[in-house]
Amino acid sequence: MSWIDIGDINDIPLRGARIVKTQVGCIAVFRTAPDEVFAVSDTCPHKQGPLSEGIVHGQSVTCPLHNWVFDLNTGQAQGADEGSIPTYPVRVDGTRIMLDGEAVSRRTAA
Amino acid sequence: MTKQKIVVIGAGMASGRVLETLTEAAPEQFDITLFNAEPRGNYNRIMLSPVLAGDQTYEDIVTHDDAWYADRGITCRFGEKVTEIDRDAKIVKGANGDVAYDKLIFGTGSEPFIIPLPGHDLDGVIAYRDLEDTERMMSMGEGNKVVVIGGGLLGLEAAAGMAARGVEVTVVHIMGHLMERQLDEAAGYLLRKSLEGKGITIKLQANSKEIVGEDGKVKALMLDDGTELPCDLLVMAVGIRPNTALAKEAGLAVGRGIHVDDQMLTSATDVYAVGECVEHDGAVFGLVAPLYDQAKVLGQTLLGEEAAFVQKTLSTKLKVTGCDLFSAGDFAEGENREDIVFRDPSRGVYKRLVIEGNKLVGAVMYGDVADGNWFFQLIKDETDIDEMREMLIFGPAYQGGEASDPLSAVAALPPEAEICGCNGISKQTIVDAIAAGATDLGAIKSTTKASASCGTCTGLVEQVLQVTLGDEFKMPAAQSICGCTDHTHEDVRRLIKSMPLQSQEAVWQELGWKTRNGCHVCRPAINYYLLADWPLEYKDDPQSRFVNERKHANIQKDGTYSVVPRMWGGVTTPAELRAIADAADKYDVPTVKVTGGQRIDLLGVKGEDLPNIWDDLNKAGMVSGYAYSKGLRTVKTCVGTDHCRFGTQDSTGLGIKLEKILHGAWTPHKLKLGVSGCPRNCAEATCKDIGIVCVDSGYQISIGGAAGMDVKETELMCSVPTEEDAIEVVLAVTQLYREGAKYLDRIYKWLGKVGMDWIVEQVVDDLENRKALAARFELSQTIYNHDPWADHVEAKADKYAPMADLTLEAAE
Repeated sequence: MSWIDIGDINDIPLRGARIVKTQVGCIAVFRTAPDEVFAVSDTCPHKQGPLSEGIVHGQSVTCPLHNWVFDLNTGQAQGADEGSIPTYPVRVDGTRIMLDGEAVSRRTAA
Repeated sequence: MTKQKIVVIGAGMASGRVLETLTEAAPEQFDITLFNAEPRGNYNRIMLSPVLAGDQTYEDIVTHDDAWYADRGITCRFGEKVTEIDRDAKIVKGANGDVAYDKLIFGTGSEPFIIPLPGHDLDGVIAYRDLEDTERMMSMGEGNKVVVIGGGLLGLEAAAGMAARGVEVTVVHIMGHLMERQLDEAAGYLLRKSLEGKGITIKLQANSKEIVGEDGKVKALMLDDGTELPCDLLVMAVGIRPNTALAKEAGLAVGRGIHVDDQMLTSATDVYAVGECVEHDGAVFGLVAPLYDQAKVLGQTLLGEEAAFVQKTLSTKLKVTGCDLFSAGDFAEGENREDIVFRDPSRGVYKRLVIEGNKLVGAVMYGDVADGNWFFQLIKDETDIDEMREMLIFGPAYQGGEASDPLSAVAALPPEAEICGCNGISKQTIVDAIAAGATDLGAIKSTTKASASCGTCTGLVEQVLQVTLGDEFKMPAAQSICGCTDHTHEDVRRLIKSMPLQSQEAVWQELGWKTRNGCHVCRPAINYYLLADWPLEYKDDPQSRFVNERKHANIQKDGTYSVVPRMWGGVTTPAELRAIADAADKYDVPTVKVTGGQRIDLLGVKGEDLPNIWDDLNKAGMVSGYAYSKGLRTVKTCVGTDHCRFGTQDSTGLGIKLEKILHGAWTPHKLKLGVSGCPRNCAEATCKDIGIVCVDSGYQISIGGAAGMDVKETELMCSVPTEEDAIEVVLAVTQLYREGAKYLDRIYKWLGKVGMDWIVEQVVDDLENRKALAARFELSQTIYNHDPWADHVEAKADKYAPMADLTLEAAE
């Protein structure tokens, strides 16, 4: 793994998200109420809604377009909806957020 | 503790219910012995007809199987007759030995009445009473002929059951019409027609004379007019009578049945009777409802609780497929009785109500029995029907105030009918989900998505639940906000004010939220309630808002946004228009559109450009139009006295003033206003949430209009003489709505719940309260009457850009 520093955790609102542009598309980096950080694809598989703009609750996010709910741990859609979003390795070093550079460039490298 | 010894004679439906009551309430208290002449336990006798018709099997209708008795430690002596009862020694003597009792229960039931015609003891002459009889009838098939004597409930069910098996059935009935105890002639006639349509021959006013046999076996029934009806089986279903032989021998008081008092106690100490064998207050019983009532009373009595059996009005339904009939109460003709009759021969519908004084005492229906239970309730409750008498026969659908039964419409929908338009969910999908265990609205929402979007089909979904589940589904009086809590919106609003709760954490904690911090359904609602009730104490939480309200722009389907600057009262200037045009050019806005609210919408702006375009528009003096908010949208105006030759007041001026005062206020749902300068109403004020129509004498203020999914005309709230009064009333009613309404209820919905009278009391009549409401609104506006665009440009413009851009690094 090659960890890339993408910014400070305080740049993301609590129970919110920011996006990171990568070679594999926009990735939404979430910060939950107890400061857990998750990185998943920003794009809802249903109608490509921007998940980073959804309401963050527990360890889930609700897509702002049609209320699909995704578990940020697994990327799986919850309830009746079927689908999933890619998840990416991410960790917090102090207050710095580190994203796995290999994971976000893998598809272009292949 | 020594157990009380209970001996029960007869394993029928009534005594079975007594055993259930006793073993459930006090499993260790009783030592029970159960005798039954039939070599089996309790089964649901009234379901024998469906067994006969092939709709069910015997296994389906067994109420208590061997395991049930074993689990409860009940000693079963099935197939064994009781020969004698020694009341002095308190002993029951059975064929296989004696049993002592502390309490004895007679549940000996009834026996079918066999007319003592010559030949009644031939093989092939049976009654319709138990499983053996049923099996005998089930052995008949195509090519067989059967005669049924008796055109009552039981005889007809037997006839229909065998006819369905291809048997040639003739019903012989001594009376002038079928089911004369439950039906009048007209309904009896319709029933006869329907049964004849099933291939059953009906002979009325027919007296049986003799049963003809050959080699000891039945061959035909001879009527007294000489007609001979050949048959392989003859079923006598002419009635039942209480089985009292054993009770008589034991010396109990017996009339038609075993005499019992209100506690089901017979004339002897510690000896009770229950079910079809009893006579209570001169009546004997054959339908199941009163038998269960008796069983309950006896069970409670034995458990030492106070209970008394009360005879009730009964209703009947015939269990024959395709024959819809219903009867309840008493419909014999009498001096003080009047009839209301409705007939529709082409549909085969007949309804008759019998009225005595101001009360409904009987009802007979055929063909359309949907309202049967409603009428039955009126009879039972002895409701005064004087006021609804004119329309009574048409059922609850036509009674003032009470809506027609929507369930019938939902029940009639075909399976492929779309219930939820947003998510394209059909009735079948919902029914399937219910079958798979989703038995309430929340479960339906989460498993099918039906009603999970706009919610307008919620009522329909609930009705599908009710139609599918029947009584198992309780229509919720009030729905909880979401799966995170059992509280309703109303409860939470009340508790936020009264406890008081001034933060989201306090709400989650004090009201026992089931999730860590809510969900996308409850968070926006709670955020709104907190800021509306505690404007100074609570700080609005953008992360609990839907994206539009967080980003102060409307998200579009492709993830871009629309930007709508305010045009106060729909009035703009060349300078503003130039600034809008420049912004559209600069940010490559693909679509520029005029909205319904008299302003201009710039559609297709990229998220990261938002702070820049806002900054440009701000510099030209424009602010956010809140076109995205559950809050004040626009105040639509006409040109009023400024230009119009009909205008009576300065409608444009008032509209601008209102928009400036109300700008930025959050409300439970969007709030649209209109001010028209005269009753020609060019500003369409009467389909707004709040509408003002100017007249010569002042201002007419009405509320509760809508022109969206529902279209509503406003209702007049009041007329006031001055512009100052009009503004104060508008602020007061807005605040009343803000403080009381459920989140996502438009004013018309709130109005429907609280009523105009109450609103007028609060806002119009009580001047002090009006001022207080307006003052609370203005207090809240000290926080919220501002332009969010400017705030965002200044404080968090950088948050609109990506946090990092790795596309370049990765490309290296």
